[in-house]
Amino acid sequence: MKAGSDATMMLRTPFHARVAAACELNDWGTWKGYTTPRAYTDMELEYFAIRSTAGVFDLSPMNKYRITGPDAQACLNRMVTRDVSRIGVGRVGYTVWCNDAGQVMDDGTLFHLGENDYRLCAFARAIDWLHWCALGFDVSIVDESDEVAALAVQGPTSCATLLAMGLEGLEQLKPFGLTHFSFEGETLMVSRTGFTGDLGYELWIAPRQAELLWDRLFAAGEPYLIKPFGSDALDLARIEAGFLQAGVDFVPAESAVRSGRSRSPFELGLAWLVSMDKPVFNGRRALQREQAQGSRYRFALLDVDGNKPAHHSFILSRGGKVGTVTSAAWCPTAKSNVAFAQLEMPHGAVGEELVAEIYYQRELQWTRVLAPCRVIGSPVFNPPRRRAVPPGAF
Amino acid sequence: MKKYDAIVIGAGHNGLTNAAYLAKSGLSVAVLERNPYIGGATVSRELYPGWTYSNCSYVCSLLRPEIARDLELPRHGLQVVPYGGGVTFKRDGDYYGNYYDHNRQYREVARHSLRDANAYERYATDVRKQTRLIRPYLLRRPPDPTSLKLRDLRDLAGFARSFTELGEEGLADTLRFWTKSVGDYLNEYFESDVIKAHLGGTGVIGTALGVYSPGTAYVLLHHYMGDMDGNVGSWGFARGGMGAVAAALAKSVKAFGGDIICDADVDRIVVRHGKVSGVALKNGNELPAGIVVSNLDPRRTFLDIMDRDDLPAELVHKAGNFKIRGSSGKLNIALDGLPTFNGLDRNNPLMLGDMHFTDSLERLERAYDDWKAGTWSKDPYVDMLIPTQTDPTMAPPGKHMMTVFVQYAPPRINGGEWTDADRAGFEQSVIDQIAAHSPDFKSLILHCETRTPREIEAEVGLTEGNIFQGELTFDQLLFNRPFPGYAQYRGPVPGMYMCGSGTHPGGGVMAAPGANAAREILRDLRLPDVVPGGYADD
Amino acid sequence: MTERHDVIVVGAGHNGLVCASYLARAGRKVLVVEAGDSPGGAAATREFAPGYSVSGCAQWVYQLHPGVSRDLELERHGLQWAARDLASVLLDSRGCHLTLSGALIESDQLSGDDREAWRAFHDRTGRYARLLARVFESRPPKLVESNLADRLTLLRLGLGLKLLGRDDMSDLMRIVLTNMYDLMEEYFDSPQLKAVLSFDSVLGARMGPRTPGTVFGYLYRRLGENFGYNGVAQVKGGMGALGQAMAASARVRGVELRLGCRVSSIDSVDGRAAGVTLASGEQLRAALVVSSADPVTTFKGLVGFRHMETGMARRVSQVRCEGIAARLHLALDGLPRFTGLDGARLGQRLVIAPDMNYLERAFNAVKYREYSPHPALDISIPTVNDPAGAPAGCHVLSAIVQFAPYGPPGGWDGPSAVAGLSHREHFTALVLDKIAEYAPGIKEQVVASQLLTPVDLERDYGMTGGHWHHLELSLDQVMMMRPFPGATQYASGLDGLYLCGAGAHPGGGVMGLAGKNAAREILRRGAAA
Repeated sequence: MKAGSDATMMLRTPFHARVAAACELNDWGTWKGYTTPRAYTDMELEYFAIRSTAGVFDLSPMNKYRITGPDAQACLNRMVTRDVSRIGVGRVGYTVWCNDAGQVMDDGTLFHLGENDYRLCAFARAIDWLHWCALGFDVSIVDESDEVAALAVQGPTSCATLLAMGLEGLEQLKPFGLTHFSFEGETLMVSRTGFTGDLGYELWIAPRQAELLWDRLFAAGEPYLIKPFGSDALDLARIEAGFLQAGVDFVPAESAVRSGRSRSPFELGLAWLVSMDKPVFNGRRALQREQAQGSRYRFALLDVDGNKPAHHSFILSRGGKVGTVTSAAWCPTAKSNVAFAQLEMPHGAVGEELVAEIYYQRELQWTRVLAPCRVIGSPVFNPPRRRAVPPGAF
Repeated sequence: MKKYDAIVIGAGHNGLTNAAYLAKSGLSVAVLERNPYIGGATVSRELYPGWTYSNCSYVCSLLRPEIARDLELPRHGLQVVPYGGGVTFKRDGDYYGNYYDHNRQYREVARHSLRDANAYERYATDVRKQTRLIRPYLLRRPPDPTSLKLRDLRDLAGFARSFTELGEEGLADTLRFWTKSVGDYLNEYFESDVIKAHLGGTGVIGTALGVYSPGTAYVLLHHYMGDMDGNVGSWGFARGGMGAVAAALAKSVKAFGGDIICDADVDRIVVRHGKVSGVALKNGNELPAGIVVSNLDPRRTFLDIMDRDDLPAELVHKAGNFKIRGSSGKLNIALDGLPTFNGLDRNNPLMLGDMHFTDSLERLERAYDDWKAGTWSKDPYVDMLIPTQTDPTMAPPGKHMMTVFVQYAPPRINGGEWTDADRAGFEQSVIDQIAAHSPDFKSLILHCETRTPREIEAEVGLTEGNIFQGELTFDQLLFNRPFPGYAQYRGPVPGMYMCGSGTHPGGGVMAAPGANAAREILRDLRLPDVVPGGYADD
Repeated sequence: MTERHDVIVVGAGHNGLVCASYLARAGRKVLVVEAGDSPGGAAATREFAPGYSVSGCAQWVYQLHPGVSRDLELERHGLQWAARDLASVLLDSRGCHLTLSGALIESDQLSGDDREAWRAFHDRTGRYARLLARVFESRPPKLVESNLADRLTLLRLGLGLKLLGRDDMSDLMRIVLTNMYDLMEEYFDSPQLKAVLSFDSVLGARMGPRTPGTVFGYLYRRLGENFGYNGVAQVKGGMGALGQAMAASARVRGVELRLGCRVSSIDSVDGRAAGVTLASGEQLRAALVVSSADPVTTFKGLVGFRHMETGMARRVSQVRCEGIAARLHLALDGLPRFTGLDGARLGQRLVIAPDMNYLERAFNAVKYREYSPHPALDISIPTVNDPAGAPAGCHVLSAIVQFAPYGPPGGWDGPSAVAGLSHREHFTALVLDKIAEYAPGIKEQVVASQLLTPVDLERDYGMTGGHWHHLELSLDQVMMMRPFPGATQYASGLDGLYLCGAGAHPGGGVMGLAGKNAAREILRRGAAA
């Protein structure tokens, strides 16, 4: 790059002109140094667009890494906990990756674009770790975060909207599948993925055609009540769907300063992502040891009595503190008061009755309630349309 | 003559801090200062009409917030203003800028190396881990590992506990951090020369070591220890120059009833019947006191102002061998306007911070080779700031003051004393380096004060002009500072104490040694402990 | 060949052979696989010119552990000494040499003060070296996950420290971290005495006398006193004879030794080392694999980064192992004449390092990948004590030369600043010039010469970086940090794989303790190994 080329404090995504025009609240936040809206018009209406029509989220700032070369699969297989060889071409896999101590560094989605050709979407920047992971492998690693613009289109009418935009045959795409279309001279990649727990797609395109994509999408979606949504609505949707967020529900291992603050995949309820039968992968020895010796913590989904969200609550058992809440929300669709908690073992078995110590404020008066809560086995929101192929009429 | 309970020798920031706590505990205290002004190396001086120079120490970051708050320094007039930025200018006309904003900083590092930008995050975490480990010990006395006293054993056990928390591998990493060179340490993270040089300079500031000398990674930490309102590692200017720190401390001393006496040059500490009985001044006066605290460096304390007959022979030997190496010099420059550098915009926030011109570790190391060979660096490492961009009180409007810390400058030139010609040569090497990146710099110079170790020693009384009162190498840290067996602020004679940067936790305008020493004195007097401990879990 | 062994040892260097012997003695079925045609590794004799042979890599023996020699019965298996307890002679170009022989100093110029200081210094550091020797005789203790054995080691160390007395203890804790230059200035006036002692502190190290941590290097050098060496010793027949004796001893104990078989990989099954594959393609299986190769060769070359976790691969790629010492072997047509040195002293260890600043300047070069224009040398003329190494009347001069970088710009065979000369030729000429300052006329006696740079040592002796300690022996790479955090107590990040070479605690030099300690650790773990 040339000298002094960066004179701005905040970057703008390729959709910024459209996003800014739509962001009537002027409620901006920052994501990786990009100007991103927390909400456009009304957070609740945006949330309900996700759940009953279609919502659009600009996820361009997401870190995107391209891993190619003869050893791409082998390299990723050693890096992440899942068995990458089971993610076929044209499929996407959610996974986590650990350091040698078996502590989760980050989670993300792995797009299998072609033979030994992958894209990794990650919450945290990972280029350094990817290069370390590449030692001994014949792979090439490119940070393509700035080369790919992305929109999430989520909600019951998302498929209809995209079909109306001309993406023929999209209804046949299975969850965690990906496919390509041509769009005004560029390739538009569409994956049936998302962070809302609803029917939804993510669109990936070269920045050059980003604005055009936005325009076509909103034109096609108008009869399907399409609406942009900001990070606040997304956060509510993902809690309802039971999705963890790095940096909120766990500390990425290599940015944990204090000893003992990071977590293993087992401790985050992600054992299903760990293929212990792989001969070697990062964290395997430590996770084997953890399996033998037992984990320190357990992730629990809590169904909390009442309607006061258990933000930052201590979780008590027989009066003693056994854990803390990392994310909490009253979920408007599921009509349920959900909290994610990190509980000290042996607490957190499904069905266990606990107490959440909740503080809430009404008209400047703070109230403390001890709300009974139960550990539940699965997320409160998980509609059949999320999995149906074709998704069917909305 | 008034009889004091305690006399503190030297009105540097540690001496004043020490006196403030003693006075706060109800003792009658006097601080004796040789110069007509207070502050030691924490001074603001008008050496050119209209300009205030922080002509020794020049930034305020390490000052313990616990002490600043406890002694009410803000109420006594101290205001510390943070500065953002920092930049290393490259020889090819480019630069590396250190932005305050995390994401912008990321992008700036990425301009030089994408991988380094990401590695920087890991580096920052790892350095923070080490900082967290050592910070709780800043406002504590170091435990003595050779002692079997209950208090030492308890302290040692606590020390050991904070280490075992790290786990086997974490502990090994910590030990490696303490024994590594800053160059080797940075090589584990970064590939870009200019990033390494920008960060690496901090590992050698104030020490007579090179970036490839083992032990310098710790020095890096010493500079990262600072905090401004909880932002670890951020730095600030004392409004009105560093003298404002001393002035606020002095007001605190006086508010507690202490006396500060200038132009009082101490000849020696008087010992009678195996106990301290006061100090004798060069003018012949003797001030009696049961407690004498020396804020001077360990060499001066034991070899200059104490009688050898009053000291154990091994202590004289240890003091003689205490490593206190002059390694740096200083230029303070009055400027007619703000110079431009490598085409950087005048309003760029990078210029608000520390500026450097050394763009590779190799150049830093070669600068050190000159020191080893007994001469000043031909291509020096400078830490240059223009505080008048942040602080309007130090120069007339539109004019600027520049402070240039320069490394390396040996205490002696090829075995001989510095001459005025040497000083001119030293000055020229610095000015030329700056001018090579700033076309208008030379024409803006109105006045330049150049201080080699000779001047620093003569005026401030720091042996060899060493800014830390002794090397911050691991053989002189913690229970080894200043020397084994004397690391708990007590001297060899009852009633005699040390409170300077030569004691734990060392130099920089931190005020911790002064406070820690006061705690030990109060303990010996069986008075309640009024000295604050460190804030928890920072 | 499908015969299954209990243990396969990779490399028949002295530590590999020692480890194999101890394991075999305990009843394990051990196979040692060696790439070279003769055993010994860096303990080797090579014919560098027709009729002239020399210890190619390691030059002296000065800290071979007596327990190891005794247990392996090396003298019964053919080890003979050409000379023992040799003095170190610090050469002076005018002939005023200083001779250091254990605690004794011969010099015309040493003041009474210096002699007295020397006695105090020698006694004091001798006590520290004794403590260090004790630490080195066992595995490095873990500090956090310590078990009983570790706690006993720590207790012994703590007790040893306490027994030193308060003064010595605090002094040791200070000086072990400090640099030789300052310590010498504290004690002595004589530039020669300071030079010869500080030379020992930087031998084989990427350090100058001013580098913090060099006092540790000096104490390391002094270990030998506790192992029965009062100065360096020379093996009859060159260092290769030591390798042969060790191999003979190992064979008698039932160790199978296969020479000329290069291991191309250490193989693992289900995350556990299970055997090796040879360059020939042959696969050998065993319950345990022990590598005496350096850690980089072992983990990067033989295991392969892709077969270990990333953090460990990062650790391995960050160890510091670039050698800084070269070897120069000269074939001479007669006995060289050193100014002021009588024939009797020619068989001693000759040192060229006039003063500490000279050493420091010599070191400066290597920081920038340059070689020292005025290098420091550790010279032996082995044929004085053992004439068989050269044709009758002829001699061999062999020197350790510091400092030489692993790779000068363009490589050793690339062009140097002197027109027409490669770096290799230029450096050889510089070293010869330097020797000629002390031995005028030597250039005319040279029949053949061979310079082994760190790159050559790497190639010929399989040591990554050409570092004779395998890894820099600096304070950040000793004890539980050796070879790197996460691989300590001879175990590695790979189950079933152990390290027994100089890259493991306590480090290099022909000592044998790494091999012995590793064997003991493997046996201690028993079925859990």
